[in-house]
Amino acid sequence: MTAMCDVAFLLLSFFIMSATAKQPEPKAVDIPASTVIDKLPEEGVAVITVGGEDVFFTMPVAIREATLKKMSAKYRIPFTAEEYKTFTSMEGFGMPMNQLNGLLKLDAARRNAPETQTGIPYDSVNNQLTDWVKEARQANKEWLNDRIANGDEKAKLKDLDIAIKGDAKENFMTVKKVIDILQDQKKNKFYLVTNLRGENF
Amino acid sequence: MAELNTGGGDGGGKKVRSKKSNPGVDLTAMVDLAFLLITFFMLTTSLAKKQAMELAMPDKTPNIDKSKTTPIPQERMMTVLIGANNKILWYMGKFETPTIPPTEAGFGKGGIRKDLLKNVEVAKAYAKKERTYKEGDGLVVNIKASDAASYKNVVDILDEMAITHPQLYAIGDITLGEIDLLTKSGLYTAPAK
Repeated sequence: MTAMCDVAFLLLSFFIMSATAKQPEPKAVDIPASTVIDKLPEEGVAVITVGGEDVFFTMPVAIREATLKKMSAKYRIPFTAEEYKTFTSMEGFGMPMNQLNGLLKLDAARRNAPETQTGIPYDSVNNQLTDWVKEARQANKEWLNDRIANGDEKAKLKDLDIAIKGDAKENFMTVKKVIDILQDQKKNKFYLVTNLRGENF
Repeated sequence: MAELNTGGGDGGGKKVRSKKSNPGVDLTAMVDLAFLLITFFMLTTSLAKKQAMELAMPDKTPNIDKSKTTPIPQERMMTVLIGANNKILWYMGKFETPTIPPTEAGFGKGGIRKDLLKNVEVAKAYAKKERTYKEGDGLVVNIKASDAASYKNVVDILDEMAITHPQLYAIGDITLGEIDLLTKSGLYTAPAK
């Protein structure tokens, strides 16, 4: 009996340690369910979170700094080294460019407070989302090229995958706008993040 | 634990053997809890990866070479209109001259899925009789969401596509005529801006 108990606790410790801590997201969305079993790819995916008509963007860690540098050059807004570090540690964000400095100066608790982040603008007058996606794809391409040049065998040149994580109750027209923005960049294939359910519905 | 030895001094001659039963601690409950926790963590770490449904949209380039595309006969074209309050209206064929007139349907197994499965069979049978029949030809679905449709509605329809396997499906823009049709059938109310 003691031996079984020991094995049970060993297994338990293993599973607890292999569980990854959930990163705080700037926006909690209730994604819809579908019967599709295919999983979201582990790496090389950027996620556009759509909830309450606001859009948030999450990039893979490796390209965050490079993308921010490009956006900084494009919008002519400088960032300090500290702010670059904070940005790299952020799991997803949603702020217009001109308010990004302010956001990066806050500490983690206040950054992830519900009303702090108002979303990335994506209307036709001020379409920052297009720029973020474009620069992220560019940064990803450069990063992969660097890895291939350094002889990394696992690196293959492929475009950054985009996944849309939308709230189930969101009006479809909002998501359609995001899809249109992606199509304008010739990004016609993307993923929709869903929960799993059976066919009985 | 400390024992109270009150009767120890009396009756010195008598041999008193107190029955000390070793109180064993029953560990079954702890082991049960451990197994429950293991099962919980086993299941949650595998569910941590979210499922993703792939969606491919047609290219938005305005120049479609008409000579290269073979027109789809309207007898195998189905249009699904999504109105307000989880209501669906579908028809086969062209909007002006439908081969099956607009029919209301609900979401799910007993609703739109039944209609989809039936139309998939009808379209497959029709396609076999065509001169240009290729393996896999069948129903073509055009999904048009009104501005009163939720994201969940569209994902549900895309899920139905994954379940019923038509030849092709696409997300299209709803026309004013179709919005009129939805309004007249009581399945659409313009959302408050």
